[in-house]
Parts: sequence; structure tokens; C-alpha cells
Amino acid sequence: MVSSKNNWKAWLYLAPAIVLLLVFTVWPIINTVRMAFLNDYSGLEEVGGAVFNFGIGNFIKVVQYQRFLDCLKTTSILCIATVPISTVLALLIAVALNSIKVLQKFLQTVFFLPYVTNSIAIGMVFAAMFNIVGSFLGTENELIATAGIINNIIEFFGGTHVNWINVGSTYWANIFVMVVYIVWNALPFKILILLGGLQSINKQYYDAAKVDGTSKGRILRKITVPLLSPMLAYVVITGFIGGFKEYTSIIGIFGETMGPADASGRLNTMVGFIYDALASNKQGRASAAALILFGIILVVTLINLQVSKKKVHY
Amino acid sequence: MADNDRVIMHEKELNKVKTTSKVGGIAGKVLTYTFLVIMALIILFPFYWMIISSLKTLDEYRMSIPTFWPRIVMFSNYAEAFTVGKLGRLFVNTVLVGLVSTILSLVITVISAFAFARLEFKGKNILFAGLLATMMIPGELFTITNYGTVTSLGWKNTYTVLIVPFLVSVFYIYLLRQNFLQIPNELYLAAKVDGTSDIKYLWKVMIPLALPTLISITILKMTGAWNSYIWPRLVANDGVHSLITNGLRNAFTETTGDVNYPVQMAAVALVSAPLFIVFIFLRKYIMKGVSRSGIKG
Repeated sequence: MVSSKNNWKAWLYLAPAIVLLLVFTVWPIINTVRMAFLNDYSGLEEVGGAVFNFGIGNFIKVVQYQRFLDCLKTTSILCIATVPISTVLALLIAVALNSIKVLQKFLQTVFFLPYVTNSIAIGMVFAAMFNIVGSFLGTENELIATAGIINNIIEFFGGTHVNWINVGSTYWANIFVMVVYIVWNALPFKILILLGGLQSINKQYYDAAKVDGTSKGRILRKITVPLLSPMLAYVVITGFIGGFKEYTSIIGIFGETMGPADASGRLNTMVGFIYDALASNKQGRASAAALILFGIILVVTLINLQVSKKKVHY
Repeated sequence: MADNDRVIMHEKELNKVKTTSKVGGIAGKVLTYTFLVIMALIILFPFYWMIISSLKTLDEYRMSIPTFWPRIVMFSNYAEAFTVGKLGRLFVNTVLVGLVSTILSLVITVISAFAFARLEFKGKNILFAGLLATMMIPGELFTITNYGTVTSLGWKNTYTVLIVPFLVSVFYIYLLRQNFLQIPNELYLAAKVDGTSDIKYLWKVMIPLALPTLISITILKMTGAWNSYIWPRLVANDGVHSLITNGLRNAFTETTGDVNYPVQMAAVALVSAPLFIVFIFLRKYIMKGVSRSGIKG
């Protein structure tokens, strides 16, 4: 009796959410699939009365497109480099934080700070730190005013300065800068999750290990990591998902050229490719690329889940 | 005699063992703190560099041997950044969009979560599962169609386009529903017997009890407006409705080469400051909200 009375009321309460979701979430899913499977679909041309054939032409074109492959390569490199580095660093920091009492709260706050930032704004700071003011063409009368603080530090330790992001810089130098920035940016979330996990581990395990005289490295490998594995799996999966959607951090450092001035677009990513296709009114191609991105994320997540099913200790 | 010696020797050995393990413990502590402090300095360095660079003169910034504290403190860089970047207008826009979308989003989230947590209706579980499934899909997939939708609605370059498409977050509904479910149903039934309306019950009982979650949602939503970049660039690029991140990127397009970095860093500091101020006051809620969401912005 109560439930039949509630029926219309529930739908009334849900109406705003459902209407908005239908327009901005459900319809886009259907429409993206539709556009992806219409060869060379363009919204502008459809308005003009063009008719498109059904087929997988968009997918074939996207996969054969060199720019797309470059985007895929850059995205994958960034993912494969940043996820392990940031996870291991975050684990070490979280374990260290968990083992201290004095200053723990303070340091925890410090390590969280990069999260509370705007990735475009702080990207500009990183660009300033790596940037060389002056010329790098190497002729005698063209002087370097400042090589940037990172190069200053390298020179202080006896190294030579590197052209990180300026005209003439190499692809791998650019990638290095991006990896540093992305890891810096990714640490806070991972530390927060892992520290939360560590604090919920039962102290008895450690007491037992202490009685047995187990070494610290062994405790980390045999107790901490296995008991922390659900959280580790979580940060790795979210790290991969975020990594494949990398875009704004590159704009933060390189601007909308997505690369040094003489090699614009060199660091473009999958998401960047989708937006470029959208900007040039090639919605079919953009949709196909978005579905490929979704597929990659899905596969990587499933692999991660499969691996963690074997390794994760609940 | 021999026995006594043995006892003394034994005690000596014990002490030795104790001191070595103590030394090991101290060394371990020193190592741990050293590692943490070095990492903390690396984490903090970009912020430090941003602030001191923003206070330097251009000439001082360009010196080949860097200074780690400005010789002449140039607060005027901030004034210049504010005017060059037209930050005033951008601040107002961003706060407006953030506030309106937060308030509307909270209302929708609360009533939806209430329906899912307290009311019984046909298809509830299927609908909820369907909503959760959409969370897996990357946002870029929606953007392609939404761009067309808002264009044909004539919403381009309005505040509406920055607010409406993102009002419903399945994740927030999920979060709040979980929170509502923890409140015993008896309270609701008792209120019904007393003839209390749903809205009054929500307002008097459920919202106060779920306040921490609502604060977390508010913070995530506001920082979302502050950090949003891609969508505003697509649909509100007329300069009048731009949000802060776009304005910052557009006003300072050059990142490499010979740029007036002190002014640029001042602008970056101005844009970053509100986030830090909010963080200082609401640290607990933010860290709690983030650990549950894992979503930036």
C-alpha cells in the first residue's frame, strides 16, 4: 500500500536527474555509437543533407592514421612510466608516514598539497622551472640568460644543462618533464589511499613479525604489501584510467601546441586527438577514437582486475 | 666464581643486543625522516619557486645564477598579472558558475538519493544499476554529442552551458544514498506517523546527518568549476563567459622561451590561492571526500 503511494512520488523526485541524464549521458552514448559507425560522419554535413553509409570506415581510418598512432604511443608511454613510479613512491612515502608519530599530520598535509592545485596553473610553474631563457642554438653571441632552476641544480651537481622543453628539445626530454609533472601530481591521491589502508591493518601482524625478528624489507614484502593489495590494485587501476585520459597536464606545460614550438602536436594524447577531430567537425572520427579509448580503458581495467584476483589478498 | 662471570657476561651480551637494536631503531628513524623530509621538499619546491619568482623583477629572474630570495620584492607583479590576465572578470564568472551549479547539483543529488534510499518503486534496482554502469564511461565520449546538443539548443557562450550538462553526478547520488541508508528507516516511518512531510524530514533529519558528505560534494564541485578547462574552452570561448583556467592559459600562452615569468607566476599564484585557502579551512572534509571519490575536480 505504501509502495504504490510512493511510486509516483519517487519518479517525481528522480525526474530532474533522469531528464538531465537522458539528454547529457544516455543520448550521447547512443549517438556516439551511431556516429562512429557511419562512414566519414560529420555533423555539419548531416545538417546540409548528406547521407552516410553504415560501416567501420571510421575505425579503419583512425587506426591507420599516423597522428592517432603517435597519440596512442605518447599516451601509453606516459601511462607505463608514471603509474609504476608514482605507485612505488607513494607506497614508500605512505609506509614511512605510517611508521612515525612526530610531524605525521603535518607531513601528511604537505604530501596532499599537489592535489589541491589547478593542473594548468602548476603546469606553468613546471614549465618555468625547466625553461631556458635565451637561445639554445649554440652560436657564440647568443647567450643563455637563465637555464632554468632545474638545469641550475643539474649544473650545481656537475652535470650539463639539458634542453627540456624549448625549441630543438628531444621527444624523450619532453616525456621526462611530463613524467616528473604527472608523478608529482599523482602522488597525493595514492599516498592518501595507501596511508588509509595501512592505518587499518591490524597491528598484531607486525607484533608477531617483531617477535620472530623479521627484517623490515621482509615485513614490507610479506605483510604490508599483501594486506595492502586491495588499495594497491585500486590506485593502479585509477592510475591507468587517469593516465589514458591524460591531456590537461600537457597543456599546462606546453600550451595548446602540445609540444615545443618547432614540433607542435608531438605530445598529443588520445583525448587530444578526440578533441582535434571534434574541432574540425569530424564527429565520426572523434566518436570512433572515443570508443577505442573506452575499449582500451576497459581492457586495461579487466586485465588489472584479473591480475589482482590472483594476487590481491582480501 | 665461574657462575658469576657467566651471569655478568650474559648480561653484557644482552645489553649489547639491546643497544644494537636501539641504534638500529634510531638509524631507521633518521633514515625515515630524512626520506620524508627530502620528498616533502621536492613536493613543496614548485610552490616555493612559484612564490619567489612571482616577487622578482624580470632582470633578477633572468640572472644565470638564480637567487633563492628576491632582492627587490615586487608586489606590483600581482597587480600587473591581475590586469593583464583580466582576472577580476574570470574570478566572478568562476565563482558564479561554481556556486549556482553546486546549489542546483546538491538539490538534485539530495532528492534523487532520498528516492533511492527511502522510497520503494518498480524498477528501482535496475535503474540504480544502470546509473552506476554509466560511471565507467570516459567523459570524452559524452562531450562529442553534448557539444552538438548545446550548439543546437543555442546555449553556446552562456552561463547555462557551463552549469546544466554537469548538474547530475551519478557518483554523488551513489555516495549520498549510501549515507542515507545508514540512517534507520524507523525515523522516517515515525515522521510519517507524525504527519511530517518528506521535505521537512529531509531538511530536519537527513541533511544534518549527512552533512559531511554534502560538504565533500560541495568542495569537489567548486574545485571542479575552478579547474575545468576543456568544456569551457569548447563552448564558452567568447571571452565574456570564460572561466579562470581558460583565462589564465589564454592570457599567458607562451610557456617556453623568453616570457615575463614573474608576472605569469604571480597570475598562477593568484589562481592557486583560493584553492589553498579552502584547503586550509576544510582539510578534513577534502581529504575524506577525495579518499572516497578518487576523482579530481
